[in-house]
Amino acid sequence: MEIVNELKKDSLKRILAQGKRADGRQMLDYRKATLQQNAIPNAEGSALCHLGNTQVLAGIKFDVATPFADRPTEGVLSTNAELVPLASSTFEPGPPSPASIELARVVDRGIRSSNCIDLKSFALEEGKVLALYIDLYVLDYDGNLFDAASLAAMSALLCTRMPKIEEGKLIRKESTGKLPLSTKTVTCTFAKVDSTKLLDPSLDEEQGMDGRITIATTPQHVCAVQKGGWGAFTQKDILELVDISFDKAKGLRSILQ
Amino acid sequence: MEKPQLIIDGKRADGRALDELRPIKITAHVLNGADGSALVEWGNNKVLAGVYGPRECIPRHDASPYRAVVRCRYTMAPFCSLEEHGRSGPNRRSHELSKVIREAFENVVISEAYPRTQIDVYMEVLQSDGGTRCAAITAAAVALADAGIPMKDLVCAVAVGKIDGLVAVDFSKDEDNYGESDMPIAIAPRNGDVLLFQMDGNLTREELSAAMEMAYKASAKISELQAAALKAVYDGPKKEAHLVLGDKFNSQ
Repeated sequence: MEIVNELKKDSLKRILAQGKRADGRQMLDYRKATLQQNAIPNAEGSALCHLGNTQVLAGIKFDVATPFADRPTEGVLSTNAELVPLASSTFEPGPPSPASIELARVVDRGIRSSNCIDLKSFALEEGKVLALYIDLYVLDYDGNLFDAASLAAMSALLCTRMPKIEEGKLIRKESTGKLPLSTKTVTCTFAKVDSTKLLDPSLDEEQGMDGRITIATTPQHVCAVQKGGWGAFTQKDILELVDISFDKAKGLRSILQ
Repeated sequence: MEKPQLIIDGKRADGRALDELRPIKITAHVLNGADGSALVEWGNNKVLAGVYGPRECIPRHDASPYRAVVRCRYTMAPFCSLEEHGRSGPNRRSHELSKVIREAFENVVISEAYPRTQIDVYMEVLQSDGGTRCAAITAAAVALADAGIPMKDLVCAVAVGKIDGLVAVDFSKDEDNYGESDMPIAIAPRNGDVLLFQMDGNLTREELSAAMEMAYKASAKISELQAAALKAVYDGPKKEAHLVLGDKFNSQ
């Protein structure tokens, strides 16, 4: 397989040298993004994101839990990503891979740092809080899982119903309204190949890239960043990509309703 | 929880007759990455199946010089039920189901054609409401066919059993939980062979026989839907592979 990756890298560089991308996009174009809300009605919230041929499903569940000792009056937010083996011939069943842990943690940081969810409002009684679980199910892998998973998670949160709570127990069949969200986090992921920067890399582009950077923003702030791969970014690169992220996030935020 | 009344005026709680299936929708070829795939929406169940192979068998000492190794994995998503958040990954129940499902497919897959390879069948329960293993088998059969893997037959499955003293087909979660007996059956429709057979609860010999009759009748209908799903993909122009779920769509 090593040889296939090397050949793909060569062809990626050849195409980029002509100022083009294999699928006809400009360097800073997103693929078509579609969000389908309430994909799993049994969950308290859910959304399926298509980003080109990448498909990620996010499900939201609430439970009653014990708070963390250092934050006794705050609810628990827990994000998990599953690289489901049917999504790619390279995903294998078994314990979470470093890639799936990184994916979950980057999506988590973007949502957590933006404070879009008021975890303080999840306190129930002494020693009991609400736990909100975000499960990210990667079902079809054609690159840029970070953005697809973030979009799916944010879209699922936007249609999440708060369960009714009685005597410290959840009545899931009854809802007290939507989960309040104060802002919307949007992430933009760029691949760097030599000195070229590409927004929303496809799988072929990810396999040939030197480095990758994911920038999560709210309309006002940068709220999470993750650089990946061995390739380096310059200080100028990073500031330029932050500007582009703020700009591109506007279009993505418009489909988050 | 108190046992709900399962049969009201000769009909079931959701208005079905005793021998009536829930609405079933089968869509083949819904994933790009997998060699074959299918989504089965069966009542409130949503089960996705994806198939890879025949491909190199890893680890190599598992390979057979005579046939392809068939591997099956049935798992439930942590958000699939109306109850609490589930644990991800397989548990004792899903390991057992994966095993009996694999044994069912070993009967029909013409594995002798692909020695030293493996065929992986992945079944993900995205939403559950009773009868997920039958929906998973039904989806997996369509996904195997979509992957172009030669089989003697297109397997389908349905559960039968007894609720409030009456033999019935295709149980919802409540009927499964509060009924007297549950009997999932997978059938090869062309020769009628039974490829998976499980049962719990109590049935007389007569009831068991009547339930089996009901399963065969229902399987003919499921079989038609499977064939129609494959025809919808392979008759006519090539279609894009993507999932359709949910009730609100936004795109840019």
